[in-house]
Amino acid sequence: MSDAASPAPVERAPTSPITDVERDELRRHGILLTSLQELYTWGCSNSVWPLNFGLACCAIEMIAASMAKFDIARFGSEVFRPSPRQADLLIVSGTVTKKMAPQVVRLWNQMPEPKYCIAMGACAISGGPFKQGYNVLKGIDRFIPVDIYIPGCPPRPEALLHGLVELQKKIKGFQLSGPDAPRHLRADIKCDYPVPDFGEHDLQPPANPDVWQAPAIVRSGKG
Amino acid sequence: METAEQIRDRLLARFPGAEISLVTNPGAAAQHSLLLGATRAREIAQFLRDDPTFKLDQCSNVTGIDWPEKEIVETTKVSVPDPAGGPAKVVEQKTKRVQPGCLEVVYHLYSIALRHGPVILRLRTGNRTDQVTVPSLTPVWRACEFQEREVFDLYGVVFDGHPDLRRILMWPEFKDHPMRKDYVEPDDYEWEPTPHGVVLEKAKTHYPSVAGVADPGPGSSNPATTEAKP
Repeated sequence: MSDAASPAPVERAPTSPITDVERDELRRHGILLTSLQELYTWGCSNSVWPLNFGLACCAIEMIAASMAKFDIARFGSEVFRPSPRQADLLIVSGTVTKKMAPQVVRLWNQMPEPKYCIAMGACAISGGPFKQGYNVLKGIDRFIPVDIYIPGCPPRPEALLHGLVELQKKIKGFQLSGPDAPRHLRADIKCDYPVPDFGEHDLQPPANPDVWQAPAIVRSGKG
Repeated sequence: METAEQIRDRLLARFPGAEISLVTNPGAAAQHSLLLGATRAREIAQFLRDDPTFKLDQCSNVTGIDWPEKEIVETTKVSVPDPAGGPAKVVEQKTKRVQPGCLEVVYHLYSIALRHGPVILRLRTGNRTDQVTVPSLTPVWRACEFQEREVFDLYGVVFDGHPDLRRILMWPEFKDHPMRKDYVEPDDYEWEPTPHGVVLEKAKTHYPSVAGVADPGPGSSNPATTEAKP
């Protein structure tokens, strides 16, 4: 996955028989040449249906982004689905308490692949201002693989739209085969994420080690 | 509105022999409160709600307080006569006593009908471990229900006579009471860029090799980091 750091032209697989320059040349002469992969990722990226799901104040900004003023429909994501079975995108918008975390993971497991996750706001990323609390999960990425992190407290609707556009770029960069393919096209990656149990003192386990490891500290040379 | 002393005296006249004492607030607010004994607390609460001069028809707030066991050192000056016949020496004597801990529940009562308040009631448990029962005031003020459940959840006070005493914020399998002073939170620290204070202590135990985080370089003076060093 080329991670969409650079926008168009999207990096092609080296086996592609035709370069982007040649394709643009053909297009100028009225010949549209495309690949199945391009068509597939184009379709995926322009119909990202979010789950109709909010947790805290970030959800208010998410709702604002879907309304007329910011209009998320311009990017093809206006269809907020009330059922996880029909949704592609989980926007974790707000504080995830430890009591809520198993339900969020359950919703994620109920969504069909291909699915994406946006951690919206400081709380969903790291616990935010409640990080030192006993009852708040220190980031939803402890249980769910997160594609896009949107910092802010809460992020403005523009930031959510920017995150969505970045996600679309990421989807457009997906390969349909090979080691860079997304997880649902690969046999060696599990797509099921265990739901944590309510323990006597904390969630059991407190994090999914397949998804999240405590950050290692990389120190620069000085000191 | 009568003062807390007057309310106490009236209640004592109405309920002779009941345990009612005044807890004074030395602060500027001077909101004194009444500490009720567990046996007749609900009777007294019922009276405060129904009496035409009080009519405290709203319980606006229920709070818990944890009073851990506390060692109190009292210093008394004793004059010791000098056996040689000189002037008596004044010696300070220190006596230690242990103030037993308890859990406390505070109720703030107002009257919507008569527009006065607050009258503050306190109930105390026997200790913090096995005698943690106080009478529930939910039968008197329905508004107490959720707040007493919250005090039960976070402090572990058991309310006798509560219609539905379950945890309200934490999950039912949870064993601890997080608002108690001796609560130990789960050890799930992760790296933070600028730890200080309590977080710095956690950083030292979790990443001992980089306790250098705590080491302010020459010229930097971070009071939090220097303070945390023994």
